[in-house]
Amino acid sequence: MSKPIITFENVTKRFGRMVAVDNVSLAIDEGEFFCLLGPSGCGKTTLLRMLAGFETPTEGRILIDGQDISTTPPNRRPVNMVFQSYAVFPHMSVADNVAYGLKIDRVPGAERDRRVQEALELVQLGGLGERKPDQLSGGQRQRVALARALVKRPRVLLLDEPLSALDAKLRDQMRTELCALQETVGITFIMVTHDQDEALAMASRCAVMNRGLLQQVATPNDLYEFPGSRFVADFIGSVNLFEGVLAVDEQDEAVIRSPELPTDIYLDHGVTGAKGTTVWAALRPEKIELHKYVPGQPPPVLDDSPAGANLVRGVIRHESYLGSESTYEVEIAGGRRVKVLRSNLTRWDQEDFALGEEVWLGWHACSPAVLLN
Amino acid sequence: MMARRSAPGPLEYLRRWPLRLWLAAVGIFLYAPLIALMVFSFNDSRRNVVWQGFTFKYYEKALNNASLIEAFVNSLTIAAVSTVLSLILGALAALALWRFRFPGKTGFDGALALPIVAPEICLGVAMLVFFAKVLPWPQDLPWPLNLGAIIIAHVSFCFPFVAVVVRGRLASFNRELEEAARDLGASEWRTLKDVILPHMAPSLVAGAFLAFTLSLDDFVITFFTSGPDTVTFPVKVYSMVRFSVTPEVNAASTILILVTVILTAAALKLQGDPASTEGGHAARDRNPKRH
Repeated sequence: MSKPIITFENVTKRFGRMVAVDNVSLAIDEGEFFCLLGPSGCGKTTLLRMLAGFETPTEGRILIDGQDISTTPPNRRPVNMVFQSYAVFPHMSVADNVAYGLKIDRVPGAERDRRVQEALELVQLGGLGERKPDQLSGGQRQRVALARALVKRPRVLLLDEPLSALDAKLRDQMRTELCALQETVGITFIMVTHDQDEALAMASRCAVMNRGLLQQVATPNDLYEFPGSRFVADFIGSVNLFEGVLAVDEQDEAVIRSPELPTDIYLDHGVTGAKGTTVWAALRPEKIELHKYVPGQPPPVLDDSPAGANLVRGVIRHESYLGSESTYEVEIAGGRRVKVLRSNLTRWDQEDFALGEEVWLGWHACSPAVLLN
Repeated sequence: MMARRSAPGPLEYLRRWPLRLWLAAVGIFLYAPLIALMVFSFNDSRRNVVWQGFTFKYYEKALNNASLIEAFVNSLTIAAVSTVLSLILGALAALALWRFRFPGKTGFDGALALPIVAPEICLGVAMLVFFAKVLPWPQDLPWPLNLGAIIIAHVSFCFPFVAVVVRGRLASFNRELEEAARDLGASEWRTLKDVILPHMAPSLVAGAFLAFTLSLDDFVITFFTSGPDTVTFPVKVYSMVRFSVTPEVNAASTILILVTVILTAAALKLQGDPASTEGGHAARDRNPKRH
């Protein structure tokens, strides 16, 4: 994980007047499982296609192993791709599909057969070499596409939404398998996806894109817990965003006042923003605790926040029971609804919250992420 | 089926009399003349109006009629050569229209459809004028070069049909297959050969049969482009019929019908082969009709 295998240097791609990729600079290290993540039309697929050679950058350079390949045709690049539709050649048998790239490279027959067999076994299709693609399931066709790309021993494997066409169960299984496969072959994988769960579960690092711009490049954990912008916070997972003003910003504490919240948001760390600037506090639903409100009783005590901060009263307006967890929408004073998630830790003896019930919402001083843009 | 006396269901059209009548009319007007033609080719009579008895003698006569055989061989030769040329030109035109954007594409597209929609008589006259005034085809060339003018005329109205059929097939091509081949190291030519052509194959077969039959039975355009030495089968039959419809004409026509039926059956069988209709997209390309 030292010197980058792929470098995008100020890459811009325009289609007519439309800017698909806008001045992207990005370095991907050897051995990474890198995800390009973003909503549809954000430029992630264009970026991948430029890497494969199906598009050429309008501006900027793309380097693989330090070599500028921006204008190299796709058949002369040390990368191979697994297509969204798998693009398995329908008129060739499974083995012929896998052997195709080797035939073009003039790999001698005996070695070719051995490598094809190896590749098929790698993706657990050992006995199906003679089958025609129309005799395979969707998942099996995908494995053929994987074997066909990996058999060429590329420096980088590109995957374009590889799991989007599979059903939910198979998708889960393939996630694990793809990760295991990447560890086995040790090749850098770059995957495009619009599914944030997929990206978080599989990637060693993710690049989040929006409207052609690179928003943030980070590990899944950092993307979720330390989002760099409102877009990232909102796109990855679920979030409550409160717009407010930085009222206090010291070395080890900060306070945000939001007109949408009747209470101060207290943080046990500094923000390093100018006092009085507009900021956004991003609070994940699972980081908010629900407590019963009992009239006449004092509010619950939060040991890391001053009295009154990070604590707000509300009424439960909506509940979705999802099995492993439940999500609530709680209306607070002023009408704003806050999303709260609670794990169903036990089968029946957990506190119940009913619709219309009054509750306290509380969170820790380290839970809100502060966003400056 | 199980309840014989029940009222016909909404989709049981054949149990309603108007549809039966319709079906009978179709059968009579479409097939009765053809069957009559074939039956009377065995009629032992010069006049061809009253059934006199069974005979093969008009087949013998037809097969011994040197000028008829010559016309038949001419027709087959013209059809074979123009099929090959139409196939190449049509496939290339379809590829160009499918694959590339170029100035004048819309115009080219429209011009390609012109021979399909233009009345044959106009094409025939146009060809006549063209070969008489603009580019006279040299006279007295040895066979088969003397058929050149007819072949050119046939190619010019056959290849648009091939192009239309092939283009329809290409519309169902998954561009990712092409990219996958490129990605695996194939050059553009290799991609065309290994991936695009196999996808086109069923439409090439269909287009070839279409071009062959169009050329084989064309009368109008051929009539205007053929000279005294370059008579084709339909033109010959026409000239024979001008005197009287003898069973010899029936016999010759029956042979032509048989050839056409066999070719069509072969085309259907080839196209019905699952190996040549990958992905099930080929169905819409089957049996393209001329009009």
